[in-house]
Amino acid sequence: MLRRTIDILGDFFIFTWQTIYWMSRGVWRRRNWRLLIPQLYEVGYKSLPVIMITGAFVGMVIAVQSIEQFRALGMEERMGSIVNLSVVRELGPVLAGIMLAGRIGGALTAELGTMNVTEQIDALRSMGVNPIRYLVAPRVLACFILTPALTLFADFTGALGGWFVSVVLEGIAPGPYWDYTKQAVSTFDLYSGIIKSFFFGAALGLVSCYSGFFCKPGAEGVGRACTTAFVTSFIVILALDFILAQILQDIQIALFGFQSML
Amino acid sequence: MAKNIDNRPIIELRNVSKRFGALQVLDGVDLSLRRGETTVVIGESGTGKSVLLKHIVGLLRPDSGEIWFDGQRIDTMNEQALVPIRRRMGFLFQMGALFDSMTVGENVGFPLEEHSQFKPDKIQAIVEEKLKMVGLSGLQARKPGQISGGQKKRVALARAIALDPEVVFYDEPTTGLDPVRADVINELILKLKQELHVTGIVVTHDMVSAFKVGDRILMLNKGTIIADAVPAWYKTCDDPRVRRFVDGRANEEDLKALVAAK
Ligand SMILES: Nc1ncnc2c1ncn2[C@@H]1O[C@H](COP(=O)(O)OP(=O)(O)O)[C@@H](O)[C@H]1O
Ligand SMILES: [Mg+2]
Repeated sequence: MLRRTIDILGDFFIFTWQTIYWMSRGVWRRRNWRLLIPQLYEVGYKSLPVIMITGAFVGMVIAVQSIEQFRALGMEERMGSIVNLSVVRELGPVLAGIMLAGRIGGALTAELGTMNVTEQIDALRSMGVNPIRYLVAPRVLACFILTPALTLFADFTGALGGWFVSVVLEGIAPGPYWDYTKQAVSTFDLYSGIIKSFFFGAALGLVSCYSGFFCKPGAEGVGRACTTAFVTSFIVILALDFILAQILQDIQIALFGFQSML
Repeated sequence: MAKNIDNRPIIELRNVSKRFGALQVLDGVDLSLRRGETTVVIGESGTGKSVLLKHIVGLLRPDSGEIWFDGQRIDTMNEQALVPIRRRMGFLFQMGALFDSMTVGENVGFPLEEHSQFKPDKIQAIVEEKLKMVGLSGLQARKPGQISGGQKKRVALARAIALDPEVVFYDEPTTGLDPVRADVINELILKLKQELHVTGIVVTHDMVSAFKVGDRILMLNKGTIIADAVPAWYKTCDDPRVRRFVDGRANEEDLKALVAAK
């Protein structure tokens, strides 16, 4: 069991290394862009609606959950700080990452898994085409670039959702709502959310491609790989979030000192 | 001098063994294939014929033994070093392994796109020519999902010969084709040998095809080569394992099991 885990981790790191190698070499060649562009469309453009809906609900739910607490303290004007900080720093990136792990990760694992069990990946190799260069690198690169971009959209609709509940539905004055937001949410907070989402994007892309690339034979193998890939991506995203939250917070305190949210 | 080189075997396997888990698939296979000849490999399903072919193109690595191609040892080469060697080979996969995201035309043109400097219209012309050779011109715009199993196999053959390889591996080229189509493929294999001096390795269960295209027939049984002779020998040989296969008769034990099952 332990040995198997170590073997899989070893394979995964080799896979990651090769992907990074081919990504960094391939991205400069115009010829490879024809491989990347369809992936950008698939990962980015097609995920936009679902990401924006996710963001909006996250913002609205945080606002609904916290408004009574703030009201009890008579501080509902400070709502903007907690709502937007949570969206930008934590929930926007994490939920966008998880959403994409399902939406894109599932499709990637199924696609590469099917190619694997029908010997299409072997066919590539037999024709002297490196499948990591040809299949994996553009897909992982698309996830890496576009997860942060999509997270920005989730942040935006999240802020909109929070505003909608707090200002439009609950009647909090918009002036103070945004003033407190500005006070609480620094550029660093926005960056730290985006930095995290680069990691989430790379993780979900690599985990999903790896699972499909090495799946077991048959339709059953592909199905199982999809489940494993999603569960693994989900856990890896949460674990990365935990680690990165810690590191980024330390950096922020070192740079700007500690600031109270309220 | 050229003649000297020609007499050397193009492919050599020395004591090659391979196991998957508890299953010993190849068990000390020695084999040497001469240039410009068509060698047929026969044997029951599951005896490792496809595994044998995959070793020669480096898709699988042996547990022990050596594989040589044209004076170079290839079983220890990395994927990158194998590229120039694989360009000289064409591999027809048992299930076709067409890329189902591409059209028939794109599939056949794929090796040319990847490895040649030809302009698109030149590639189109070659694709048309190769499809005509397998009797399928005019199907360029279809997707693999929209053509029959036999047609897929022929498209896959057109793709395997797109780069005019020196060596072609045919994994069950006539399985799933009607007798007339099967004979077209047999004629094609002969034509490639006679006109382009292609070295062929044909895996098949189809004895009509084996006798027609083979300069030499090998029989693989339980991971070892049990017969290696010119086709005529198989018509008279009296080894029961060979006889049964060639005549297409079930063995006594299988028949007894069938009777017992009733
Ligand atoms: N990649 C693999 N992993 C595990 N077992 C395999 C693999 N490839 C083939 N086998 C097993 O090896 C045996 C021989 O397979 P194969 O070469 O495909 O037979 P055939 O002679 O019908 O072409 C089969 O029992 C098959 O299940
Ligand atoms: Mg086979």
